Amino acid sequence: MARALRSARVRAALLTLPLVAFIGATFVAPLGAMLIRGVHQPLVADSMPRTLARLEGWDGRSVPDEATFRTLASELRSLRERRVLGAVAARVNRVESGMRGALVRTARKLRRASPASWREATIAADPAWGEARAWRAIRRAGERYTARHYLNALDLRRDAAGAVSAQPPERRIYLSLLGRTLAVAAAITAICLVLGYPLAHLIANARPATSNLLLLLVLVPFWTSLLVRTTSWIVLLQNQGVVNDLLVAVGLIDEEERVALIYNMTGTLIAMTHVLLPFMILPLYAVMRTIPPQYLRAAASLGATWRQAFVRVYWPQTLPGAAAGALLVFILAIGYYITPALVGGRTGQLISNMIAYHMQESLNWGLAAALGGVLLVCVAALYLVYDRLVGIERMRLA
Amino acid sequence: MGTAQSHVEFRGVGKTYDGRTMVVRDLDLRARRGEFLTLLGPSGSGKTTCLMMLAGFETPTEGEIRIAGRPVHDVPPRKRGIGMVFQNYALFPHMTVGRNLSFPLEVRGMDAARRAECVRRVLALVRLDGFEARRPDELSGGQQQRVAIARALVFEPDLVLMDEPLGALDRRLREEMQFEIRRIQRELGVTVVYVTHDQQEAMAMSDRVAVFHRGRIEQVASPETLYEEPEGEFVARFIGDNNLLRGRIVSVGPDTCEVETPGGTVRAFPVHRHRPGDRTVLAIRPERVGLARTGVYSNIFEADVEDIAFLGDHLRLRLDLCGNPAFIVKIPNTVGHGAVLRGDRIRVGWGAVDCRALPDDEGARAVEAVAA
Ligand SMILES: Nc1ncnc2c1ncn2[C@@H]1O[C@H](COP(=O)(O)OP(=O)(O)OP(=O)(O)O)[C@@H](O)[C@H]1O
Ligand SMILES: [Mg+2]
Repeated sequence: MARALRSARVRAALLTLPLVAFIGATFVAPLGAMLIRGVHQPLVADSMPRTLARLEGWDGRSVPDEATFRTLASELRSLRERRVLGAVAARVNRVESGMRGALVRTARKLRRASPASWREATIAADPAWGEARAWRAIRRAGERYTARHYLNALDLRRDAAGAVSAQPPERRIYLSLLGRTLAVAAAITAICLVLGYPLAHLIANARPATSNLLLLLVLVPFWTSLLVRTTSWIVLLQNQGVVNDLLVAVGLIDEEERVALIYNMTGTLIAMTHVLLPFMILPLYAVMRTIPPQYLRAAASLGATWRQAFVRVYWPQTLPGAAAGALLVFILAIGYYITPALVGGRTGQLISNMIAYHMQESLNWGLAAALGGVLLVCVAALYLVYDRLVGIERMRLA
Repeated sequence: MGTAQSHVEFRGVGKTYDGRTMVVRDLDLRARRGEFLTLLGPSGSGKTTCLMMLAGFETPTEGEIRIAGRPVHDVPPRKRGIGMVFQNYALFPHMTVGRNLSFPLEVRGMDAARRAECVRRVLALVRLDGFEARRPDELSGGQQQRVAIARALVFEPDLVLMDEPLGALDRRLREEMQFEIRRIQRELGVTVVYVTHDQQEAMAMSDRVAVFHRGRIEQVASPETLYEEPEGEFVARFIGDNNLLRGRIVSVGPDTCEVETPGGTVRAFPVHRHRPGDRTVLAIRPERVGLARTGVYSNIFEADVEDIAFLGDHLRLRLDLCGNPAFIVKIPNTVGHGAVLRGDRIRVGWGAVDCRALPDDEGARAVEAVAA
């Protein structure tokens, strides 16, 4: 009996295997790889193992000995021949700017030399090698595991003594960008709630034909291509666009004071609210549909005003839907990247655009991964807060 | 009972939702202070609509509703001070019993100490002492029902409306709650307007019953009167069991008339002013028909026993009589089980006063249809 039950359970579990494999291959593995990339940096360590080994016993303040210089030169030469010097130099450069040039120049100048003193020849090739700072950069870049990217993502850095301290003000960008992203996501969530709540109520209480039509209209954004939608926003919101024309025509604003509605934060807010509104409406609608109008009537018959009935009776019952919608919209918003990229201009960019920049242009994948990790932590924290406040098992999606 | 005493009054009230069909027509109805008035009728006959108009959730299309002599046309529901019990209770699921009960007091601005006292008192009234901390979904159906009643009473309204409050309960609980509601109503002396489609429930609880049929009131009377003296075919059919015989008036005397049926002439009591030649329908209660050898009746007929059922305290016979192929006779189980057998030819009889000659609604409708 027990065995039969167990084998049935095993068979049921086997049925989910393809799904598990799919999720593993497309979600868990890439996510894990990305998170690891944020702290694991094997390139420099693998490329210059002997130099790094020699630097292990170094005191970090004096200029290293002749043997170290010789090892460096030989490894640089080999890297140059294998055509990986560029990548390695770029890595080191992120630790200490200016190091890319030093490395490339030194490798080129020493490529055929066999001097009596490697130390002098190397310093002659680039005077940076005469200072401990360059060597420290090599040693730092050679660390296989590093908190550097995470520190960087949080606008922190390690100073010469290795202590953690804040970045100089002009280099602090990520925390404020993260703050801005969270603020924008919160604003979008609030707007979606304010706009979506009455609409969801209307849909939940309308006659079936009307409510189906309204639901269809709510879902249209899902079915419209992103490009079409964005283009429409541009047509509507640009300086010479429909909305501005209308405002001028009505006389609310003058010709010269047309409002900048797109390619800035306003554009990001408008377009993202539009895209994310259905994620608020559907869970709200799902909950509201289950609340019979009887409750409001009961409240009124008991003497409650409209406001009391709403605040004390209706709103608390819609809370799971509102919370589910808010959670969905907020999480989607802090990770949203295409819409701000298209309509956000320079001031409407969010943290995910920065991640994309590091992935695609600066090619600093470690930093991109660390920023992604920070974002992930924010989402997880939010989820825990939701679970505490509402209880995740009460979440109702459409 | 003059107008001054009426607590609730409907005057010529009509209601249509879609502008075409009147779901309530020409409604005149009064409830005295402290009366238990039941609106009884089949599904869709407009009972809930009347209650909703009284509570203020629907507005009458025509006519006027008065509470305590004052028209309530422009008084919103929350200011009518009416306690209301809904069919599915409508207890707020996110509040405890205590919070549910103190809700109407809170919105009236009563302070916490007095609220707690009122809640305790009303819970004692419905015999649920100490249930304050429970949530509605932790209560049985009967307990939820009691809480719903308590909530409708806690702010001390003098008028309470109940829309099929016992519909979701099983039979035994329903009978228990019928007594409970009646007890509470007597104890507090509140006026209750009660809606049900269960005629036994209406009979068991009410001072008076208004029988609804297609948006009109057929008859308003005490349960006894409705049973003994139905004034129309609908009430005769709807309240208790009745055997109906169709026929035509032959002659009319002061308190008997003679009616010709397919099985012979029947002496009956004319309820309305009939004229010879009018179509009529006769209503006879099954328990008022007896075996002819045991009584003296003004109507005696012979018939075959088509079927027979032994029901413990009585025998139930089915006869084919005077054009009604399912004429039911109830015979008390004093003559003995086996006194009558299927296929027997027996003589049955009934008195003229137990046989009410009513206007023939179906005949009248057929005439209307032809005229239209
Ligand atoms: N909100 C409404 N809109 C349109 N028609 C309605 C509405 N409420 C009720 N009706 C119609 O009015 C008629 C009477 O309905 P009502 O609810 O008053 O009947 P009822 O006697 O309470 O029946 P039940 O015993 O089934 O509850 C029905 O034909 C119903 O379809
Ligand atoms: Mg009803």
